[in-house]
Amino acid sequence: MYKIGVIGDKDSVLGFKALGLAVFPVTEPAEAERLIKKMADEYAIIYITEQVAKDVVSTIELYKDRMLPAIIPIPGNQGSLGIGMGEVKKSVERAVGADIIFQE
Amino acid sequence: MAVMRVNPTRMELTRLKKRLAVARRGHKLLKDKRDEMMKKFLELVRSNKELREKVEKMLMEAHASFLIARAVLSTEVLEEALMLPKESVSLEVSTENIMSVDVPVLDYKTKNNDSGDIFPYGFISTSGELDGAIATLSEVLPHMLELARKEKAAQLLAQEIEKTRRRVNALEYVMIPQLTETIKYITMKLDETERGNLTRLMKVKDMMLEQAHQFEAKLYQSDGA
Repeated sequence: MYKIGVIGDKDSVLGFKALGLAVFPVTEPAEAERLIKKMADEYAIIYITEQVAKDVVSTIELYKDRMLPAIIPIPGNQGSLGIGMGEVKKSVERAVGADIIFQE
Repeated sequence: MAVMRVNPTRMELTRLKKRLAVARRGHKLLKDKRDEMMKKFLELVRSNKELREKVEKMLMEAHASFLIARAVLSTEVLEEALMLPKESVSLEVSTENIMSVDVPVLDYKTKNNDSGDIFPYGFISTSGELDGAIATLSEVLPHMLELARKEKAAQLLAQEIEKTRRRVNALEYVMIPQLTETIKYITMKLDETERGNLTRLMKVKDMMLEQAHQFEAKLYQSDGA
């Protein structure tokens, strides 16, 4: 039995609390890093706002090749930074060797 | 391509030939695996992209109305309203095998089955924007879970494809040429020894014939004398 967690600035994540997700408001990147490491065993999905995710990329990278947890960047209330899409693009590049999906 | 440092013997040759057969077979299998995985991956990543666009759009809507609610309500009221959630979500995780890659399958259960009854607060002290934000969020949640599953699967598949591609290339451009070269080298070396042997035998035979002739000649001489 796993839980779902949300990490981000308070205003972006508070709403998820009403849905029964575990909400962790953070302000410092170091705090987010510590949280992710602590949550890794208990949580199957960790949503993280892109504003926070951009500072803890290396920590997120650690869990990329593991089956659990799935750390998924979502846009915060300041809009999307394109990190989530960038990740999808990156995995295409990793698999195919070149980006063949996102070229416009 | 460098030839391996092996003794050019017949035994080594058979051993290498066996290895080459295995390498060829492995190469073919891995190539097939890579192609199939790539097909699956591209399918997955396309739907992943669409889903992400949709989720991001919906989340932005939810954020917009949440921001207004936040502006209208005081922090205390807002926090109090959301402090004790009615709903709780738990995940059941099983694994699915896509081309020998284990990807998670996420099944989520909510405690509350009534999707209209998700608001953990009374409506009297909060504004309508908050209701809207929560409603949109609860609508987007299933999509977010689907997104998590797809993205994780795509990441894991990408990793496996990268690994398989490396193996295919290593076999195709290093192992197989090296083995072929070495086999050729041993065959040529063995042939060369064979030829050397043959010439030596012929030479020995000549020498022996020569000796025999001389012996016979001597015998006649002594007979005549």
